[in-house]
Amino acid sequence: MKNVDDFVARIEGACGAEKDVIVVFKFDKKDEALTNIFRCAQLKRSIAGIIHEMTFKDYTFRVYSSGKAIFRSIKDKKELNDLLSALLLQDQNSRCAPARPFR
Amino acid sequence: MEHHSNIVPWEITAKINGFTVRYANVNRDGTLNYEDLENKTSNKTKIVSLSHVSNVSGVINDVQRVAEVAHEHGALMLVDGAQSVPHMPVDVRELDADFLAFSGHKMLGPTGIGVLYAKRTLLEEMRPFQGGGEMIKEVAFAGAREKCDISLNDPPWKFEAGTPNICGAVALNEAVRYLQRIGMDQVQAHECYLTNYAIKRMQELNNVTLHGTTDTALKCSIIPFSVRGLSSHDAALFCDNYGIMIRSGFHCAQPLHQIFNLMSSARASFYIYNTREEIDRFIEVLKETEQLQ
Repeated sequence: MKNVDDFVARIEGACGAEKDVIVVFKFDKKDEALTNIFRCAQLKRSIAGIIHEMTFKDYTFRVYSSGKAIFRSIKDKKELNDLLSALLLQDQNSRCAPARPFR
Repeated sequence: MEHHSNIVPWEITAKINGFTVRYANVNRDGTLNYEDLENKTSNKTKIVSLSHVSNVSGVINDVQRVAEVAHEHGALMLVDGAQSVPHMPVDVRELDADFLAFSGHKMLGPTGIGVLYAKRTLLEEMRPFQGGGEMIKEVAFAGAREKCDISLNDPPWKFEAGTPNICGAVALNEAVRYLQRIGMDQVQAHECYLTNYAIKRMQELNNVTLHGTTDTALKCSIIPFSVRGLSSHDAALFCDNYGIMIRSGFHCAQPLHQIFNLMSSARASFYIYNTREEIDRFIEVLKETEQLQ
């Protein structure tokens, strides 16, 4: 059974008043992570094919082709872990949109 | 305008020793307000501690002028040279600095090692802050062997207890020699040229705001900026996709961001290995962010 740690290399609390959280996906898992996120979250817009602005439930976040993501307004580790679990570990056959592999 | 490393130790020791830390104001363009510093310096002032160059704005402070004010009031002058020593010729005697500190990792050397210069008379007066091997001349039983007498070594060994970071010191020495072979005036000239060019090119971009002074006579090698519609971290990750490394956040200088009224900032900086072509590439990448409008 997979868990969030299978995809995530590290999580950095970026310094700055924005309190952004940067999630860095493991290099060999980043394509799978981004594919899962694209399957589950809604793409609002892409900029230069590099920044992908996504929404999921009440969250808006940005995913980068390099295999990183920036989340905002995250209260604590548990909230982030729950969100990442929902994005990365969802049941592919149930509630998410048809798979749209990340390129 | 100080890095946290020139704020936090003073605040910690102020609590322990019961003194007050006073801060000189910074002007809107990021330059030091010398009049305010002079007004806040009195005969009660024990030490004035100032960065030679701001690690956020690149502003070069007139340390000589501040040292004169400090010494007039009987205070010591400590200079944080972490952002100046790697980038320009620095002469501690000319500055009349009592202390000057800098880091290895900002000048092609290793992390975890730095240099603290102090005037010899001060080093001789100061007590060691650590005890151990190497920092003593002699440790010997006295009298009935109920206690030991110790005699301290001469400076700088007096302050170097235990086995030192030998690898770090050898590597830092090589970094210093390498920079000296190039010549620090050459380093400064190259960086000034790049900074001037980058500022000119960045000013062409409608969605990029430069923070602090853009007068390169007052600053060196650092350009803090924001991209409209992107947080500093977004800007950094965007550039990262193109293999361009910039820094984002507070840069360990949160109070200066409060003065600039910024949540955080992105920072482009240059060193001897950077080229004009890399700046052109950087500008092309920043242009891509115009799609955000």
